[in-house]
Amino acid sequence: MRDANLVIRNGVNVGFKAVIIVFSVAAVLPLAFILGFIAFQGISALNLDFFIHGSKPTGEVGGGILNALVGSGLLILIASLAAVPVSVVTGVYLAENRTSKLAFFVRWAVDLIQGMPSIVLGLIGYAWFVLPIARATGSGVTFSILAGGLTLALMMLPIIIKSTEETVRLIPVSLKEASIALGVPYWRTILSVVLPASLSGIVSGVLIAVGRIAGETAPLLFTVFGNYYFNADILKPSDAMPLLIFNYTMSPYDDLHRIAWGAAFVLVAFILILNIFVRLVVRRWKIRF
Amino acid sequence: MKKITAAGLNLHYGTFHALIDVSLGIEPNKITAMIGPSGCGKSTLLRVFNRMNDAIEGVRVAGNVELDGENILAYRDDEAIDILRRKVGMVFQRPNPFPLSVFENVAFGMRIHKLARGRELEDRVAESLKAVLLWDALKDKLKRSALSLTLEQRQRLCIARLIAVTPDVILLDEPCSSLDPVATLKIEELMLELKKRYTIIIVTHNMAQAARVSDETGFMLLGRLVEFGETSRIFTAPQAKETEEYITGRYG
Ligand SMILES: Nc1ncnc2c1ncn2[C@@H]1O[C@H](COP(=O)(O)OP(=O)(O)OP(=O)(O)O)[C@@H](O)[C@H]1O
Ligand SMILES: [Mg+2]
Repeated sequence: MRDANLVIRNGVNVGFKAVIIVFSVAAVLPLAFILGFIAFQGISALNLDFFIHGSKPTGEVGGGILNALVGSGLLILIASLAAVPVSVVTGVYLAENRTSKLAFFVRWAVDLIQGMPSIVLGLIGYAWFVLPIARATGSGVTFSILAGGLTLALMMLPIIIKSTEETVRLIPVSLKEASIALGVPYWRTILSVVLPASLSGIVSGVLIAVGRIAGETAPLLFTVFGNYYFNADILKPSDAMPLLIFNYTMSPYDDLHRIAWGAAFVLVAFILILNIFVRLVVRRWKIRF
Repeated sequence: MKKITAAGLNLHYGTFHALIDVSLGIEPNKITAMIGPSGCGKSTLLRVFNRMNDAIEGVRVAGNVELDGENILAYRDDEAIDILRRKVGMVFQRPNPFPLSVFENVAFGMRIHKLARGRELEDRVAESLKAVLLWDALKDKLKRSALSLTLEQRQRLCIARLIAVTPDVILLDEPCSSLDPVATLKIEELMLELKKRYTIIIVTHNMAQAARVSDETGFMLLGRLVEFGETSRIFTAPQAKETEEYITGRYG
């Protein structure tokens, strides 16, 4: 009797385990297929020319993603420069003032921005950045890298704010007290003790945010627009990786499709490497108390 | 002249009356022990002396607490309080070194207060480590993370970090409660060494420790300072019944 019971229980256990494994594999499988497919389609497009040339005039064969690479690089740079200081300060504020009313509203606003469809952020970017920049430079309505970068910065805010808040919260109070008790002013304690001890979490947040915005397309349509020519002037429209993929895929030319696949592969590889770097390197810096 | 005097000191956490009419005088260059059951206000009293309670919301302090004749409760601006905290250093129950190297831990306060740099900084780090008897063990390991040290070494390092910014008074809140007996004895020896240069106030749950190291002892109960006097007298001829019950282990 007991033995029979045991057999049944073991059988159920094994069956359950099998189900878990099958479902887990089923969940990962599409991801593996996507990555494999993009790699299969994209790798053949890669060569040196692919990286050092911009787009060729319509109909001509050849050309590469240089314009888009430079555009995306500048976009990420501007977005990070704008988003990181604001987000880190906000994140520290939220962690340090958990119960204040302002913190409550800020947290709520952060959730709101995070849930905002990116196309809406694109419109906001148009209203807040494109139009004022056009007015300021007096050059008519001009899309620009600057406007796009600031719009992408909006998307980075919630991610970095949240990761900063979480990390700073986990810093033991005793560490802050140690510094305060040495007569170190509060702001200095934050700068010299709390922030360095939180570095791993903050850098992770920034890199994850970069990975998140690198492929965003919708906000760029209204802000950076796209450009067939090389441009490194942040007050001018520019091409960008997601825009290139979008435009080339919509075109009727096989050659451009090939470049689009190559660009997609480069973009996905970049995001993947960023994530792996965060997991394997940045998380290791984390201090265990 | 007393180092610290408190008169009519009252402290509230919100509506909770945590210190009730405490008056006492702390002798310079002596070790004063504060004893009493859990929750009687020992830590709270200690944190009055370096204004560490300021950070807690809803704390109200009234009365007079003087350090070298100056009322420290009257300090309003942050700078005066920061200077006070340099003069009245604190060692916590759990050793809390910064996640930095041994050297940087000791140098931390001196760097921020711009007390020394370069060669002089190195000398003063060495001096501080010698004062807490860590130098011989760590002089070749100054670059090591402080978090790799033993608990006892960490506590010593915290004391070194403190004396590097040249305090007058050192407050120790149960500094040995996370240490084993051997380490505890070593820290006690260190305290006896340090009292030549500093005024020391220690909170402890360990009666034997209070009897061994302190010159004066205060017994607290439910926010009041029940008895205060020479340690030898408190432990041999306590005046209050509660004191006697507590030190003979009959309390509670
Ligand atoms: N931040 C606070 N808010 C409200 N009440 C507090 C706060 N800190 C301490 N108390 C209360 O004040 C009283 C005294 O606390 P305190 O920490 O000074 O006691 P203690 O004598 O150091 O105790 P222990 O021996 O356990 O460390 C306790 O009843 C405690 O609950
Ligand atoms: Mg206590």
